[in-house]
Amino acid sequence: MMSDEEYFSDGSDGTFQDDSMRFDDVEEEDQYLEDTRFDKPVKKAYEVDFKVHSDQQIRSGQQAQFEEISNILGLDIGQAALLLRHFKWQKEKLIEQYMDNPDSINKAVGIRPEAHEDTKITKVKDFVCDICCDDGDSMETFALPCGHRYCVECYRHYLTQKIKEEGESARIQCMGDKCTMAFDASDVQAVVDDDTFTRYKTLLDRTYVDDRESLRWCPAPNCIYAIECGVRQKQLNQVVPTVLCDCGYQFCFGCGLADHLPCPCSLVKKWLKKCEDDSETANWISAHTKECPICVSTIEKNGGCNHMTCRKCRHEFCWVCMGPWSEHGTSWYNCNRFEEKSGIDARDTQAKSRASLERYLHYYNRYANHEQSAKLDKELYTKTEKKMTQLQSTSGMSWIEVQYLDNASKVLQQCRQTLKWTYAFAFYLEKNNLTHIFEDNQKDLEMAVEQLSELFEKPVDQLANLKVEMMDKTAYVSSRRIMLLEDTAKGLAEDRWKFNVELV
Amino acid sequence: MSLPKRILKETERLRNEKDTGIKATIHGDNLRYFDVEINGPEGSPYEGGVFELELFLPEDYPMSPPKVRFLTKIYHPNIDRLGRICLDILKNNWSPALQIRTVLLSIQALLGAPNPDDPLANDVAQKWKEDENAAKATARQWTKEYAKKVSDQKEEA
Ligand SMILES: [Zn+2]
Ligand SMILES: [Zn+2]
Ligand SMILES: [Zn+2]
Ligand SMILES: [Zn+2]
Ligand SMILES: [Zn+2]
Repeated sequence: MMSDEEYFSDGSDGTFQDDSMRFDDVEEEDQYLEDTRFDKPVKKAYEVDFKVHSDQQIRSGQQAQFEEISNILGLDIGQAALLLRHFKWQKEKLIEQYMDNPDSINKAVGIRPEAHEDTKITKVKDFVCDICCDDGDSMETFALPCGHRYCVECYRHYLTQKIKEEGESARIQCMGDKCTMAFDASDVQAVVDDDTFTRYKTLLDRTYVDDRESLRWCPAPNCIYAIECGVRQKQLNQVVPTVLCDCGYQFCFGCGLADHLPCPCSLVKKWLKKCEDDSETANWISAHTKECPICVSTIEKNGGCNHMTCRKCRHEFCWVCMGPWSEHGTSWYNCNRFEEKSGIDARDTQAKSRASLERYLHYYNRYANHEQSAKLDKELYTKTEKKMTQLQSTSGMSWIEVQYLDNASKVLQQCRQTLKWTYAFAFYLEKNNLTHIFEDNQKDLEMAVEQLSELFEKPVDQLANLKVEMMDKTAYVSSRRIMLLEDTAKGLAEDRWKFNVELV
Repeated sequence: MSLPKRILKETERLRNEKDTGIKATIHGDNLRYFDVEINGPEGSPYEGGVFELELFLPEDYPMSPPKVRFLTKIYHPNIDRLGRICLDILKNNWSPALQIRTVLLSIQALLGAPNPDDPLANDVAQKWKEDENAAKATARQWTKEYAKKVSDQKEEA
């Protein structure tokens, strides 16, 4: 069996075992991914197998496949490459069809395996280039096997424009009118300068990753890695394939957006669309200031923590639901749960639409708040980090000893991200007795997150003494997140959740 | 900037062009800008008409195609109200081996064989598909009305 270790090895041997040759192209790709061996501990329900590839590995992965096709079909590497790209890397289909009818495929792809001596750059006596109309015996000329010979200068100009301006790579054809003869990499290399050829190879790598459902570029800016994952588009309602790039960016392999666990891609798309459409209505929510429910003085939010204390009257309340904080953290806590009361007895359409807006705002409010809080938490941490450096020098704590703060901050960010998406998830979730478990998990995670977030707001001189508490809280918060994600992922896989919209 | 040899040669060749019903002459002192006349092909609704076009050779011609536009009003599914032409060789299927001459002959051929399935003027294409005879009648009428060989017609419009 082919494992992808072989594909993405550094191409040192490039040999393939023969028993890999099966002739069912549909199964092929799935097969080699399932065979992949990942040395990981037991997987959680919401985790998927994936592998990070460098650009080097992406390149050698292609090379290995060129060599394989080249060997089987007796073609040179360049021709094998053109064939594979034409067939979108479906090897079995290519081999089968090529063996059936090589001539028609050669024609469609633009290769001529029987004649490749003519492609070299040569000088031709009494040559006149039909493109630039220059002539001269010393002029260098170039032609693909079709024999449409023009001067090298013109071909260089042509290819450079195709590559650098039009971004073409995999399907560059001869300059001749209606000629479909294709340029392979060595043809291109023979004509263009190094810079253009580098660009050409980059473009080819890009089409390779784009053409394969099992590969996706990391969307982080300037990241050069691609991720390989076996989850298919058609599976996206059962699994949220979240991957972590070597650059540190965590994103969804299914849609390319930032980590949106536990929400399936289709709901994410719907939700973002809704938020965009309703942004004006919901805008007031993200405002930074609110009034104290008791004394009506203005309160500004600094950190991410939602436990607010009014400076004036000392009233403690929740920033999100504006209810008294004393109820939060007890069995009365229901900040995350939307009570569908007004919707039931709403008769006229106006009341109904008001009820549905209220419902949306309940979820949007919490969604937006976690997003905002994550930002504030981060800002607060940046400040804290600076102070920690001072603390390090005054208290003699080592760099290692202050890392618990770094870890806590990362976990906090991640959990806010998860919480944020639980509200989009909940918005589309139809209420039944199973959703209570979800809401309880959400509540537990939210409470734990708020407590951890609160620790961050403590003055810096107290932080050193809070180390143990902070580490404990961090571990607890992490475990709550895992609990929630396990439950939601299992529910998706088992088709247990009922949504109030179609998952398309 | 001096004119590339290729353009000089093509201009020379166009000057000697005969019997094809296409004519391109340099407009004023801009050697990249041409006044074009195309005769409507025989047997088409455009027969008997002389259509004026403008043609411009961009800086990187022949790597990029020439820009061509009808100046005479014409009723055709692949030519819009601004005179823009939907023709593959003027876009994706351009080859540097093509020339001004071949482009104009292709445009002439397009007049002889309209393609309402790849329309630029949607309303015209629609008519063409619904009632080809009526559409052709309109094209004939427009040809009579707008595409007469009157040298001062352009100034008038
Ligand atoms: Zn050719
Ligand atoms: Zn040349
Ligand atoms: Zn990355
Ligand atoms: Zn997604
Ligand atoms: Zn107050």
